[in-house]
This record gives sequence, structure tokens and C-alpha cells, in this order.
Amino acid sequence: MAFKEIDLNMGPQHPSTHGVLRLKLAVDNEVVLSVEPVIGYLHRGMEKLWESLTYTQVVPLTDRLDYLASLSNNLGYVLTVEKLAGIEVPRRARYIRVVLAELQRLASHLAWLGFQANDIGAMSVLLYGFEARETVLDIFEEYCGARLTIHGIRIGGVPHDLDAALAARIRKVLDGIPKRLADIRALLDDNRIWKQRTVGIGRIAAGDAIAYGLTGPGLRACGLAWDMRKDIPYSSYDEFDFDVPLGRNGDVYDRYLVRLEEICQSIRIVRQALDGLPEGETSAKVPRVLKVAPAEVFHTIEAPKGVLGFYIKSNGTDKPERVKMKSPSFINLQSLEHMCKGNLFSDVVGILGSLDIVLGEIDK
Amino acid sequence: MPDAAADRPELRPALDALAARFPGEVLSVDVDKGDLTVRLGKAGLIPVLRALKEEAGFNALEDVIVLDNLRTAGEGGKRFTVLYQLCRFPGADRVRLAVDVGEDEGLDSAVPVYRSADWAEREAFDMFGVRFEGHPGLRRIYMPEDFEGHPLRKDFPLEGRDGGV
Repeated sequence: MAFKEIDLNMGPQHPSTHGVLRLKLAVDNEVVLSVEPVIGYLHRGMEKLWESLTYTQVVPLTDRLDYLASLSNNLGYVLTVEKLAGIEVPRRARYIRVVLAELQRLASHLAWLGFQANDIGAMSVLLYGFEARETVLDIFEEYCGARLTIHGIRIGGVPHDLDAALAARIRKVLDGIPKRLADIRALLDDNRIWKQRTVGIGRIAAGDAIAYGLTGPGLRACGLAWDMRKDIPYSSYDEFDFDVPLGRNGDVYDRYLVRLEEICQSIRIVRQALDGLPEGETSAKVPRVLKVAPAEVFHTIEAPKGVLGFYIKSNGTDKPERVKMKSPSFINLQSLEHMCKGNLFSDVVGILGSLDIVLGEIDK
Repeated sequence: MPDAAADRPELRPALDALAARFPGEVLSVDVDKGDLTVRLGKAGLIPVLRALKEEAGFNALEDVIVLDNLRTAGEGGKRFTVLYQLCRFPGADRVRLAVDVGEDEGLDSAVPVYRSADWAEREAFDMFGVRFEGHPGLRRIYMPEDFEGHPLRKDFPLEGRDGGV
């Protein structure tokens, strides 16, 4: 058939764009020639808004960025403020934060697993993934009463202690997850259709991944062990024993394997944190009105989607002069075109899913 | 070279080499709260970025951040400061470059050196109106094409303008 370039439009209202994202595609028959993501439909001007709020008031708004991992956003922002203001967080609070952040990673990856499988057509996995995620959200609910926009980490520490009853409940949930993962892996790992849709699809080489700024499981699927929990440890991560799972081929299948293995590692970390939970305070003494002398800092954490960074500049008042968020989904989406070029049109949805983007955090 | 590098001995060779190669362009080096900031003249930005990437191994540009100095610049100060947050992988050493730029001047685009600067510079342009010369497609990224003004500037009202978007 003769060469014929056709322009196609996907979204902004499309069931598999995980929010409101528009993709402008050019295709030659079934082959993708170019993809241009069009974003901004959810832009709420968060960074502008934050300049008008006190340091403390910003925390609940960070829930609304990556709303599938709100505790990770809380942690990223709060750690940056603490670095800026020189607040020393008690060790017990740091451990509880690790428990919360790793449970959040678990919940985020389980949700991703469901969405990704659903995008590719494996409907039942969506239900398995979400059923497992529910058990984790129940823990958050018991901890502080919220399940999605959790606001479970505060400047200086955490709002509630983690008592023995909750610890026992967490252990019980963790014990149940490997069985559910095994069920999902039995459905997918060697499934011929799953492999046809994922193996060798959406590949990116390690060098290109770095050039595009890709971080998180997408980067580690290329075989690069870049994980902020290991490289620039924060919140006592250096006290835990865990591995950084790596892929080899940088394709959709490897991103799937890396995330599944990360779930297992998160379970390991949470168990260690519960076993070694130190006695002590759950929060540092932080003034009710926190004023910060002029300074500027940049700090990053390893969020479920990739490296989440905050830059904060203070001006001596109780409100920040400027807050800039380095959103992992925003940077990761940049490499979509590179991953899609030359692949089939029908694989765009699977590749997009494998990036695990959340539009709330892209549009800010 | 100021002795700021004393706090971060692992970065000393890279900084010494920078100061020696670009004597007029490296204005200052500070370490504050563990963050290393190198202030540069406008003309030094791309050569320094290139040297840091190709010779010192800073292979990742993590973010491009713009500050609006409207209320703080004072007499003769420039309106914006553009920050480039670089990281060296593996090892995760960080350095932040700071370049001042006026409201009616452009800044050379970092895209030829760091591919990941593309969207970050588009965001900086959209939100602050800083122009990056040589960018492959400098246009708004969040706001609609026909939007007037740059929302993150300090003189843009928080509640938006009449009629909104």
C-alpha cells in the first residue's frame, strides 16, 4: 500500500489516557510516525497558589498532585521544607513515614498494574489489582481517616502514632499481598497475548532514557540502578535492607516486571520498619507559624512514578517566595514519542500505560 | 575560586576545572544547606553546561526553575533568575547553575546539550515569558495558545484576570 500519512487525535476524553490528555498522532497505516502530547487541561496553577499560602497550608494541596500517591507528594514537599528550615525529625517519625511511603508505593503500583492490564485488554487483572489496593487504602483510613487525599505527613513529623494494633493490621495485609501477586503473575507472566503486547514494545535505550530525563521504574527497566532511596537516602532509608530491581530491555514488559518486584521490596522495607520501630516522639517541635529565613533548597525523593523534586525559596516570612515542583510524570511523558515511534498505533495505549503518568501531577 | 567547595570535596576537581576554564563567566560558588549553587554570566551558560556534561559527567538535567525578582531585584538588577538543576549519575552529586536574565533578553536554549530541557524550557516560557533562543519549538505548554500574559510572574494577579481563560 502506498505511503499515506494520516493525522489522528486521541483524547482529551479517551478512556485510557488516565485523565485529560490529548495525543496528536501521525500514522502511516498502522505505524506511528510521531506523537505530540498536549497537556494543561487540568492546570490549576498550584505553584502560583502556594506562594499565597503558609508552608503548612501547602501540604494538603500536594495531595492533589499525584492523587494515586498523595503520601509521596506530602513527603517530598515536607522534607524540602524541613531541609530549608533545618528541622530535625525524630527517628520514630522517620520510620512511620517510611511505612506510609512504602505502603503508598504498593498502592500506586497495584493501581497501575490494574490500569495497565486493563488498557491492554486483560480485564480481570484490574479487579485483582484494585482488590489488593483496597486492603492498603483501608490501612490509611485506619491511620488517619482518609484513603485517597491522605495528608498523612506533616512538617516536623507525622500526625498520629503507629500503635501495636495498627502494626498488626499492616502485617496482616502485607502477608496477604504476595498471594494476590502470585495470582496476577500466573495470569500474565507467560501469557502469550500479554507478552505479544509488551515484549519489545515501547523500547528505550539506557542512554536515551537519561537524555530524556526518564526516572523511576521506566529508567530502571533499562538496567540503570538509579533510585533516590539508595543514591541520596532520606528519612532513614539507609537503615533498611532492600534491592533495586532492574530490567534489561527497557520495554513495556520489563517495566511491568520491575514494578512487580518493587512491590515485593516495599513489603520487605515496611516489615523491617515495623520490626525496628524506635521509641520516641512522632513529631519535632515546630512553631505554629513557621517563618523561614531567606534560603533556597532542592530536594528529591523516589516517588512511585519516579524522582519527585521540590525547589523552595524562602524570604523570611511564613509563605514561600517560590515553590517549583519537579514532577516525574511530566518529565517522563516527554519520552513517549521516542518510545512510540515505529511501533503500531494499537500499542500507543500500552506504552502510555507503562509510563504510569498521573495528569494531576503533570498539569500541577 | 571561593572555598565553598570545602563542604563538598567530591566536587572540587569539577569546580576547579570550571573556574580555570571560564574565569570571567563563573561569578560565584556557594554551598548553603548542602546545595551547591554556581552563578554564571549569561554567555557562560552553554559552555559551562557542555563542560559539566561532557567532562565532569553531569549527565542529567533534572529541572529548569525560574524566579521572578520583580520585588527583590532593586536598581539595575535583572528581572529573572533561571536555575538549572544538574545531577551526576551514578553517585547523585548535584549542582545548581544560576543565570540572571532581563525581561527583554533571551537566553540560549539548553536543549542541544540536554534533551530533557525541552518541556522544562517550554514551561518556563509559558509561566514567565523567558525566551530560550534556539529551542526547537518554543511555545506554551500549559496555557492555551491565545492566552495573554505569564501566570507565575509576580505581577500577574492570583485570582486571574477578568474573563479568565
